[in-house]
Amino acid sequence: MTLSTRTLRAKVVVAGIGETTYYKHGKSPDPEFKLALMAILRACEDAGIGPREIDGFASYSNDRNDPSRLAAALGLPELRFSNMQWGGGGGGGAAAVANAAAAVATGIANCVVVFRALAQGQFARFGLGAQAATVSGEPAFTFPYGVMSPGQRYAMRAMRFMHEHGVKQEALRAIALASYHHAQANPRAVMHGRPLTAEMYDASRWIVEPFRLFDCCLENDGAAALILVPAERARDLRRPPVYLLGAAQGSEHRNAAPVHNAPLYGTSSFTTVAPNLYAMAGVEPKDVRVVQSYENFTGGVLMSLVEHGFFKAEEANDFLVPENLIAPTGPLPLNTSGGNLAECYMHGLELQLEAVRQVRGESSSQVPGADVSMVCSGPMVTPVSSLIFGSAATI
Amino acid sequence: MTAERTFALPEGLPRPVPEPDGLSNPYWEGANRGELWIQRCGSCRAWQWGPEWICHECLSFDVDWERVEGRGRIYSWERVWHPVHPALKDAGPYVAVLVELPEAGNVRMIGNLLGDPRQEVRIGAPVEAVFERHDDATPPYTLVQWRTS
Repeated sequence: MTLSTRTLRAKVVVAGIGETTYYKHGKSPDPEFKLALMAILRACEDAGIGPREIDGFASYSNDRNDPSRLAAALGLPELRFSNMQWGGGGGGGAAAVANAAAAVATGIANCVVVFRALAQGQFARFGLGAQAATVSGEPAFTFPYGVMSPGQRYAMRAMRFMHEHGVKQEALRAIALASYHHAQANPRAVMHGRPLTAEMYDASRWIVEPFRLFDCCLENDGAAALILVPAERARDLRRPPVYLLGAAQGSEHRNAAPVHNAPLYGTSSFTTVAPNLYAMAGVEPKDVRVVQSYENFTGGVLMSLVEHGFFKAEEANDFLVPENLIAPTGPLPLNTSGGNLAECYMHGLELQLEAVRQVRGESSSQVPGADVSMVCSGPMVTPVSSLIFGSAATI
Repeated sequence: MTAERTFALPEGLPRPVPEPDGLSNPYWEGANRGELWIQRCGSCRAWQWGPEWICHECLSFDVDWERVEGRGRIYSWERVWHPVHPALKDAGPYVAVLVELPEAGNVRMIGNLLGDPRQEVRIGAPVEAVFERHDDATPPYTLVQWRTS
């Protein structure tokens, strides 16, 4: 147990969470930087922590809102931690929390905000292909063939995985239905009041086979933030403390081998990450009561759940049915806020907030006894990351 | 217009140009001659694709290039319906394939599968390379497409 002396387990707690109103892409009345500030202040309010206590920031996917500007805008006495997770887009969500937690646990900083802000009306959208006249390097081997958007890049991986394991389209459909089902109970959700049926899914247009429209994430405007403090402060917090039990990031051997040459191709990139996560958290898949699994595309959720050990790939058609994935009764409630498909594409940070709500017992689709709550960030990219939160009862 | 489609996809997509450091020049120069060239380590003989400055197996910088016949099999595929680029508007569907080359250590390449875009695609099906010349482009370039064989 060499890990036991070097671990983040139970050293840091989530003190507060906050988000702005979630908007359809391009519909935010506020600019992106202001959205970031609003989410941070709401997280402070939730935590009962004064904004001037913040001394660090962590984000991912090249968030445009620079911590030094945030620190100046908020009048912070000092900035002690300014951190960006490299690469992987939404795969950096749990890693950003872990990076912040590592800073708090080791005394680099005392009160770190993890945030993500997006105003895609102000800036470019994710789902578009490159608009440049020429490409070189790896894109030169894919873009001229019309393989240029995230969906086009990752449909190829999902198709191979589904082929190798005989996974049917209905398995992907169940993932989409679960997200939309949960969004109907969540007033924050962009798709609140817009339920999805199996018939609507089956009739929806293909984006890129094997992904239909409802297999693909939304694109939205908004911001979300959470605040991490040392576990020693847990008793003094306004809200029930939510402990970070474990976190891991990375990807398999040569996952980024250029032009789709990863030796293990049909993967969400979690095969090495998930065992590290469980080892640090000291829990097993059967202990996890609720999962938020990043949906860039449903095929990635399928693989994430397999690679985190909830069922075998060959069992996917049997396990991935809506009743298994819906709170409160399903054995593995999935994406209980609606997630990237139906709550908001806040690049997966909304999944972290929802995982915290589950541990607190505050979700709009609450799972009873959700003492162990997992988030998987950004399947199929590299690096990916995942984490496990736990209640005080797990410590 | 019922003009025969010369290219797998409409013109106007980003054009490939060799990167400033010249890493993939042998590939693009070979394609313009109707030849398929893949990286192969001069030291341990491992195949490597896409190109890199070092051999991922033995860490030798002696990465060489070798010509292959251009015969492979479909490793994965996708049929694209939603256009993400203005040049692709009304161009769908089209099929992109990931082809593995058993003759080159099973390295994989992306291309389009020629023929009916609504055809049934079978993983494992044998394919052969077709060189799609874009001689009027500046600079001229050649794409490597695939058809079932």
